[in-house]
Amino acid sequence: MAKASAKFRIRKEMVPYLFIMPWIIGFLIFTLGPLLFSLAISFFDWPIVGEPSFVGLGNYIRMFTKDEMFTHSLMVTVKFAIIFVPLYMIIALGLALLLNQKIKGQSFFKTVFYLPSVISGVALSMIWIWIFDFKYGVINYLLSLIGVAGPNWLGDPKWSLVAMVIASLWGQGTMVLIFLGALREIPKEYYEASMIDGAGPVHRFFRITLPLITPALLFNLIMTIISAFQQLTLALLMTKGGPSNSTYFYAMYVYNNAFKHFEMGYASANAWIMFLIILALSLLVLKSSSMWVYYESEVKK
Amino acid sequence: MSKAFLRKLPVYALLIFFAVLFLFPFFWTVTSAFKAEAELHAYPPVWIPSSFRLDNFIESWLSQPFTQYFFNSSLVVIGTTIGQLISCSLVAYGFARFSFKGRDVLFIILLATMMVPWDVTMIPMYMEFNAFGWINTLKPLIIPAWFGSPFYIFLLRQFLLNIPKELEEAALLDGANHFQIYSKIYMPLVKPTLVLIAVFNSLSVWNDYLGPLIFLNDQSKYTLTLGLAQFKGVGDVNMSAIMAITSIICIPPLIGFFFAQKQIIEGISSTGIK
Repeated sequence: MAKASAKFRIRKEMVPYLFIMPWIIGFLIFTLGPLLFSLAISFFDWPIVGEPSFVGLGNYIRMFTKDEMFTHSLMVTVKFAIIFVPLYMIIALGLALLLNQKIKGQSFFKTVFYLPSVISGVALSMIWIWIFDFKYGVINYLLSLIGVAGPNWLGDPKWSLVAMVIASLWGQGTMVLIFLGALREIPKEYYEASMIDGAGPVHRFFRITLPLITPALLFNLIMTIISAFQQLTLALLMTKGGPSNSTYFYAMYVYNNAFKHFEMGYASANAWIMFLIILALSLLVLKSSSMWVYYESEVKK
Repeated sequence: MSKAFLRKLPVYALLIFFAVLFLFPFFWTVTSAFKAEAELHAYPPVWIPSSFRLDNFIESWLSQPFTQYFFNSSLVVIGTTIGQLISCSLVAYGFARFSFKGRDVLFIILLATMMVPWDVTMIPMYMEFNAFGWINTLKPLIIPAWFGSPFYIFLLRQFLLNIPKELEEAALLDGANHFQIYSKIYMPLVKPTLVLIAVFNSLSVWNDYLGPLIFLNDQSKYTLTLGLAQFKGVGDVNMSAIMAITSIICIPPLIGFFFAQKQIIEGISSTGIK
């Protein structure tokens, strides 16, 4: 009797693990295993066919000292992020503020801003290749109306990155919705109180709105920086990294080392450096957040 | 009334300006797809084509095995969605409704895996799938979805946590087992979230380019995105043919979006943060 109930107990304790079993198996096979394997082969010269050979830190040393493309692609990525991230945050926040007014047709506008985010990066690239076309592109026609001779957007190293920023800005309506969600959470009383005190709209924005949406701001900032580092589809399709490598993003560098040059070990080392950069940036943003992020609960305590 | 409206006028003006900006690329894509060669390259541009050439769509669709690509894409969407719904709901239920040894640590690990960039795992995954003999099949695109995806699990767990425990206790007293409670009581209650997950997953899988690019080689295995990326038009590089296929490829996500619009917009603005 006692024995039987002990047996039953063990089976009962197994139940939760049975439920989460799919994830545990998936985690081992599709995340942890590959991560460890990737770390291991980053210390090898590992061609796709032929014998791998151990090179110690060789791949990492080569990357930092001998490979110009490493620094170049990193710079392209940083440049893109510096232009894209602030612009995107300002536009997304601006649109969210507009949508947060008492206006008619709000759900229509929300849909419109979100619409480009539901289509494929491939479709998006095709659309913008055509819009940016040097000869027949509609952007250059519109520019000609105001007397500006449009550049060869995708064919001129000076403009290719800008073109990519514009195309990326179009396809990212998610942040508008996240900001809007955060704006909705702000209690109306705060505004009413400040209006009684005679605060103007600018004052209200900087003293109430901005501090109260900083958690959303933080989240969006981290996500945007990470996505800038993983920019690949647009670069592969719109410019193939060109002209003169002006859109040769870091993710493309990793991809090419792996699947064009078949240097699996070296590409894994590249990828790990990317992982470390993303982790470091996220930690940096999180650490610095105590200086500028305001959580409502802090006051409630 | 009219004074209030006047005060809002700049807001409306800005919103309409941005709405036009956001919609214009769609307008330009669809109209270009219908244009004849001469109008496509006309200067100044022709805004509304003089005749809507539906033939552009048919000719470009038939010029490549797009029907085959469409079936491949659909197969991947259906296969992954069923997999995600089953696996994520089981796992989320496990995390939400039980307390067990190691639960919190495991859940933190689950959240942490969302941080791992795809670029780090794509190389070992490629080698792994190569060893399994899965390269150039649709398996690498479908099978991993049967083991859950951290974001969907997280999303579903949040909703499951909000359901009162009494429900479960009552069912246990009535002699129901945990699997029955999961399938008969909890899943019907979180149906809207399951729909949201199905839509999110279908969108991201239908739109995926990098997965098919790495794992597929033969044209007969291509998905639509891969087919479009390789497509240069009928004969010479032909923009109206490319725009036609682009338009077609955007239709299912747009329909899916309109179908689940409310859930998607609410879902993003309420779960994105907090």
